[in-house]
Amino acid sequence: MILFLEQFLNGLQFALLLFLLAAGLTLIFGIMDFVNLAHGSLYMVGAYFAATFTRWLNSFVLGVLLALPAALLLGVVLEMLVIRRLYSREHLDHVLATFGLILFFNEAARLVWGAAGLTLPLPSFLSVFLEVLPGVPYPAYRLTIIGVGLLVAGVLYYLVQHTRIGMLIRAGAANREMVGALGVNINRLYTIVFGVGACLAALAGVMAAPILTVQIGMGENILILAFVVIVIGGIGSVRGAFAASIIVGVTDTVGRAYLPEILRLILSPTGASTAAPALSAMFIYLLMASFLVVRPEGLFPAPGGRK
Amino acid sequence: MFLLTLFTRIVILAIAAVSLNFILGYGGMISLGHAVYLGIGGYTVGILAHHGINSGFVQWPIALGLSALFALVTGALSLRTRGVYFLMITLSFAQMVYFLTVGLDKYGGDDGLTIYKRSTFAGLVDLSDKVAFYYVCFAILLACVLIVWRMSQSHFGVVIRAAKSNDRRMQALGISTYRYRLAAYVIAGTMCGLAGVLLANHTDFINPEMLSWTRSGDLIIMVLLGGLGTVIGPVGGTVAYLVLEEALSGITEHWQIVLGPFLVLMALYRRGGIAGLLSWSRRD
Repeated sequence: MILFLEQFLNGLQFALLLFLLAAGLTLIFGIMDFVNLAHGSLYMVGAYFAATFTRWLNSFVLGVLLALPAALLLGVVLEMLVIRRLYSREHLDHVLATFGLILFFNEAARLVWGAAGLTLPLPSFLSVFLEVLPGVPYPAYRLTIIGVGLLVAGVLYYLVQHTRIGMLIRAGAANREMVGALGVNINRLYTIVFGVGACLAALAGVMAAPILTVQIGMGENILILAFVVIVIGGIGSVRGAFAASIIVGVTDTVGRAYLPEILRLILSPTGASTAAPALSAMFIYLLMASFLVVRPEGLFPAPGGRK
Repeated sequence: MFLLTLFTRIVILAIAAVSLNFILGYGGMISLGHAVYLGIGGYTVGILAHHGINSGFVQWPIALGLSALFALVTGALSLRTRGVYFLMITLSFAQMVYFLTVGLDKYGGDDGLTIYKRSTFAGLVDLSDKVAFYYVCFAILLACVLIVWRMSQSHFGVVIRAAKSNDRRMQALGISTYRYRLAAYVIAGTMCGLAGVLLANHTDFINPEMLSWTRSGDLIIMVLLGGLGTVIGPVGGTVAYLVLEEALSGITEHWQIVLGPFLVLMALYRRGGIAGLLSWSRRD
C-alpha cells in the first residue's frame, strides 16, 4: 500500500512534468496550428541552462531563476526568426523545419557542453524526505515538482479562463482567422504564446534535471509522450492537457511498476521477464491508440470543430 | 568498394523513400513512423537468421507478410484520423515497436543483433557478393518505381491523388476513400518492409535505430528533397540527402549543425524539391 502511494506520487510528479510540456505544445498547436517537434529541444536547453547557471552562480535557486528568462528569450528569438515564417505553410514544412531545429540544437549543445551529460545536484534543503502520511517518507524535491506543477496549472487556468489574453487564446484556438479579422495583433499574440510555451518546456527541463542527467536528446522521448497527451486531451485545450497528462503520467508509472507483477501471474517467469520491459513501455501507446479509435477529437476538443 | 557500399545504401533507402512518397506525396498522408517497416522487415530477417533459418525463400515472404499485416492493423486504426492526429498516431505505433525491440534482450535489445549469414536463395544468387547484391537491390528499386508509376496512373492512383486534394468531393462521388487509403498504406508498408529486409542484409546487423523516429524523419526529408508526388523524385532526394550527409561528415564531425539550418531553409524556401527545380514532371 505504501509502495503504491509512492508510485502514485511518482506518477503524479511525472504527469505534471508532462503537463508543462504538453500545455505549451497544445497551445502552439491550437492557436498557431504549428507542429513543433523542437519543443523537446527547448526542454533540453532549459535543463542545460539551469545546470550551467547553477554552476556559475553557485546557487541552485538563482540558477533556476535565471534559466527561465533565458529560455523565454530563446523562444521569442526562435519564433521571430524562424517559426513566424512557417505559419502559413502546411504541416509538412513545420515537421521539416523543426526536425532541422532538433538536429541543430542537439549538435550545438554537443559543441557547447560536450557529449557527456551534466548533472544538476540538489541543494541540501531539498534533499530531505518529508512524511506525506505518517510512516510514508517521500523525497521533498519530488513534492516540490508536484507543487510547482499544480501552481503553474492553476495560473494557466486562471490566465486562460479569466483574463483577456486567455480569451484571445481560446478564441484563437477556435477560429484563428476571425480573431485576426477582429483587429487583434495576431503577431504579438503568437509570439507570446510561443514564448510562454518555451518557458514552460524549459521549466519542465529545469525541474527534471536533478532527477535525470542533463544530456543531448533528453527531450525527444518525453516529447513523444507529450504528443500522446495532447492527442488524448484534445488539441488546443489546456484543461485537456492537464487531464490527459494525469492519466498518461500515472498509468505509465504505475503500469511500469506493477505490470511485471501482473505478467508473472499470467505468463511463465522467463516469459514475464522478457515481455515486461517491452510491454510496459508499449502500454501507453496502446492506450493512446485505443483512445484515438474511440474518441479521436480528444477529451476536451476545442469548440468550433477545428481540424 | 566504399562507393559500392554507399550506392547500395542509397538504392535501399530510395526504395523506402519511394514507398513513403506514395502515401505522402500522392496521398497526402504524413506518416512520422514509416521507418517502423524498415525495422519489421529487418528484424524478421535478423531473428530468423539468429535461429538458423537463412533461406531467403522463407525469410522474405514472412518479413513482407508481417509488414503488410502491421500496416493493415495500424493503418485501419490510424486512417480514421487525419492530418496532425495521423502524424502522431503513426509516430506512436512506430515508437511502440521501437520500445519492443529495445526490450527484446534476447535479440540484442539496444545493442542490436549481428547477422552472420545473409539470406540464401538456393544458389540462385549469392547475396554476400557485394556486386551481385547491389544489382539485386537496384533491380528491386526499378521494380518498385515501376509499380508506383503504374499505380499512380491507374484508377487507384487517381483516386488517391484526388482524395489528397479534396476528400469530401471523392466521398460525395460515392468512393470509399478510407479503403483506397488503407490499400495504399498497406502497399507502402510492405514495400518499405522489403527495403528493411535488404537493409538488414546490407549492414549484416539490426538494431532499434532502424526504427527510430529520427529515421522516419530522414525518410520524410528524402522525399521532400526529391519533390512530392513524382515517381523519380524520391530517388533523387535519397541520393541528394545521403551524398550530402557523406560530404558534410567528411568535413566536420559536427555536420548536423549545418544540416539542421539547411533543412530549416529548405522548409522556408522549397518549391517542389529537386524534381520541381528541374521540371521533370507535371506539377501535382
